[in-house]
Amino acid sequence: MRAETAAPPAERVDRLGKWSGTSVPRKEDRRLLQGQGAFADDAWQARMGYAHFVRSPVAHARIVSIDTSKAESLDGVFATLTGQEVRELTDPFFQIAPEPGGKIEEYCLATDKVRYQGDAVALVLAESRDIARDAAELVEVEYDPLPAVVDTVAAADPDAPVLHDEVGSNVVWHGVYDYGDVDWALENADHVVKIDRLHFHRFSSTPLECSAAVVNWDPGTGVVEIYSNNQMPMFASLVIGPSLGVPSNRLQFRSQDIGGAFGIKIGSYPQLAGLALLSRKARRPVKWTEYRTDHMLSAGHGNERVFLDIEVPVMSDGTILGFKVRAFDDAGAYLHYEPLGAVIWSQVTPGCYRFKHIRVDYTETVTNKCPTVPNRGYSRLQHLWLTERIVDTVAHELGFDPVELRKQNYIQPEDYPYETPNGCIYDSGNLPKALDLALEAIDYPAWRQRQQELGKGSGKRIGIGIGTTLDSGTNNFGQARIVNPGLPFSGNGEAAYVKLDLYGEVNVNLGTTPQGQSHETTASQVVADILGVSPDDVNVTSGFDQRHNTYVAFSGTYASQFAVTGLGAAMGAAEDLRAEIVKVAAFALEASEEDIELEDGQAYVRGDRERAIPFIGIANLVYSNVAAMPGELADSVSLNCRHTYRPPFEVPDPETKRGNLTLTYASQTHACVVEIDEESGEVKILDYAVADDCGRLINPTIVDGQVHGATAHGIGAALYEALEYDEDGQLMQSSFYEYHAVTALDVPPIKTVHVETPSPFTPNGAKGMGEGGGAPLHAVCSAIQDALDDEAPVVCHTHNPWERVYRLLHPEPGTGRGVGVESR
Amino acid sequence: MSDGGTTHPITVTINGETYERTVLARTLLVHFIRDVLHLKGTHIGCDTGNCGACTVMYDGRTIKSCMMLAAQADGAEIQTVEGLAENGELSAIQRAFHEHHGLQCGYCTPGLLMSTTVLLRDNPHPSEAEIRRGIRGNVCRCTGYVNVVRSIEAAAEEVAK
Repeated sequence: MRAETAAPPAERVDRLGKWSGTSVPRKEDRRLLQGQGAFADDAWQARMGYAHFVRSPVAHARIVSIDTSKAESLDGVFATLTGQEVRELTDPFFQIAPEPGGKIEEYCLATDKVRYQGDAVALVLAESRDIARDAAELVEVEYDPLPAVVDTVAAADPDAPVLHDEVGSNVVWHGVYDYGDVDWALENADHVVKIDRLHFHRFSSTPLECSAAVVNWDPGTGVVEIYSNNQMPMFASLVIGPSLGVPSNRLQFRSQDIGGAFGIKIGSYPQLAGLALLSRKARRPVKWTEYRTDHMLSAGHGNERVFLDIEVPVMSDGTILGFKVRAFDDAGAYLHYEPLGAVIWSQVTPGCYRFKHIRVDYTETVTNKCPTVPNRGYSRLQHLWLTERIVDTVAHELGFDPVELRKQNYIQPEDYPYETPNGCIYDSGNLPKALDLALEAIDYPAWRQRQQELGKGSGKRIGIGIGTTLDSGTNNFGQARIVNPGLPFSGNGEAAYVKLDLYGEVNVNLGTTPQGQSHETTASQVVADILGVSPDDVNVTSGFDQRHNTYVAFSGTYASQFAVTGLGAAMGAAEDLRAEIVKVAAFALEASEEDIELEDGQAYVRGDRERAIPFIGIANLVYSNVAAMPGELADSVSLNCRHTYRPPFEVPDPETKRGNLTLTYASQTHACVVEIDEESGEVKILDYAVADDCGRLINPTIVDGQVHGATAHGIGAALYEALEYDEDGQLMQSSFYEYHAVTALDVPPIKTVHVETPSPFTPNGAKGMGEGGGAPLHAVCSAIQDALDDEAPVVCHTHNPWERVYRLLHPEPGTGRGVGVESR
Repeated sequence: MSDGGTTHPITVTINGETYERTVLARTLLVHFIRDVLHLKGTHIGCDTGNCGACTVMYDGRTIKSCMMLAAQADGAEIQTVEGLAENGELSAIQRAFHEHHGLQCGYCTPGLLMSTTVLLRDNPHPSEAEIRRGIRGNVCRCTGYVNVVRSIEAAAEEVAK
């Protein structure tokens, strides 16, 4: 029997309710509160050496020579590894991109050229971390510098310095997404609002734990053991396995506790490949932990994007028909997971609005900067910020009320399931209600009044901003075919094992790699509901171990999907196990299966609690008393149940760039009040509220925690955190001195309210959440704009430190506003 | 270790236990705690004294143990996160973090618990602003500090009982 988790709850028996939906305290806390977690840098093996990467100090150069002899002669050094050796020992990583980007030849160390400051050119292994670092300084590398290009629009110029000679230019992917008839809309609209340029800046959620691993290429078995904090080990396996020539059944990824990842730790696979080669060469386990500066320079940054020539057709009643834009995305020096970002944004093509006519001319380039990797809200938050700036700017330029204009253009509650112009199906939502709740939480009318009362001459301004966003979750990997029709990827899934152990204990084993998302707790809640036990009785194996856990190629923890895919898998396996328990109990109690109920760790006959068998009795029959059962029954149960959850997807059409790209659309509506100091440009947040809708809540407290975290990341990026390069390609924020990761003094108290519109498409009504869709960027920019004079420039950067806000308040004479309106 | 350079004998008391070791001059206190004594609860997040993941209690005050050499700690009395629970019983502060979801990935938590311990010892009834100032040296990337502040407020109430 197979539990059909792909079917929504309306078509199945919904057993969730007793534990699911309540704020069960977390199972993970006890060990973490006592310093008993097991993080990647906590791992240790006998005979291991410490690895250190030698990194390029320059952004772009030919490698003339590398001399490792002085490093090797230092006492305590075990081995070195250079790009030239890597080229002989491995194949280049496969590229997701079609040509021209697909021509990029990337190895785990740079071979002939370095392409960003921090590009790794060699590895050193020594008996201590300090000796390894000393030795790395003794590696002599001669560079022949080349001009660097750090701006994505400039990089697309045919005359720009080219990073990858084999590609021929820096444009690695280009495509036009064209839905409806935007030319017709622009011709027939009453107004066309034009915005010159919007810039979404580079930042990183900078997990507090840097990347780390202990890698051992076991010479006896040929198995490569990788104990790390990589958050998507199956993707890492798919990339590094063929490059190293190691079959995936000899790659053994393991992790337990991961100190935050936020997408960034998807990108550690090149380093892991290098460590594997170093281990094989030195015949020793290799331990590696990034220093924070390594992390800032090379672990991966979020995508930077520039939007040019935005044109927005608007009717006189406020209906916004759509928009037209040229987008340039900066992938950094190599394509790590890119160019998937070149399609992933299109999960949210119209944002939260009923826009019908949209054309996005999308170019992705490489630049002499750290490669980008998925970062919380990956690729959608850039695009959602664009849609929010559009709506906000239309309101300001044409004099519409920003609340009413949003409500008028929102997808309406009765529209769901709503098909977007590119064929995505938004599952559920109630955006007008969410906006009302968020505004109520900050007492919007009172702030509007304060804003009016604050007279000129006070030196302060108040601004109120709104950010509406989507947190799309459970990707259809078939969207990869829109960037590369040759890729054999589609659908999604996750796997889980649920079993009864020898004495009838319940054990759950997941394919995921949690980093604070509380999977042990929420999985125990749904399994407890299905098996009629308490979450305390459900042990969820901590962490991931490729030797024991079950998985599919999509396994891992990323992209707002666990509540759907991970819990879907656990629910399916628990349903299968339940069916087996019922079967054995029916035999043992001489009753029919239809009459068996499960409660308090027992199976009993409905209406007669005395006729019962505890799970220990079931386990006894199956595991150690098997001759007491009929052979046919014994052969049909194992009490070890695996389930793969498969969301109902079809393959999108690469030609029309249409299809359902995501299963669920959680939404968040943020309301933000800022005070701006006219003399300094300092922005202070005075009030902040979030209305969150992630469908059915499995654990409300855990959901709130995710909302708070995503909000802090967005506020940090909007006001404090940026990764900026100078014109030579030197990163100006390479430690936490310069990169101001927000503290408790920077993040305001955050009020949260919930709207609960269950998804009709998921096994439990939940919608994946956690990434948050970058709403604080939308809301803070909107609030700053609201505080400025009517004739002030448009807020055109996501990052708004004091100096930039000062310039918005006091524009240099002769500089334009960056926005214009054509009315007919 | 065959690492060249001078060594120093030190005696350090950690969580009530006294350790006598010889350390290299350049060994950081945090590496001594983690790699020599294998007390892995104290974490490293930034190497520059900004993030507070390595916060320990040192002669009664909080310090960032990545900002000090092990050799300087000779004679010191140190408490780490491993010393907070007694006989497996969580402290009131640890319980409050559990009950109010004051941690997610748990990586910053040991440092935050040490800062909170000293904060509440010195100021048993802190205002929200005082709590935020008291933990400004501890970066948390998961919680947005909302439930951390709530946990510390709850711990203060519990300790005051």
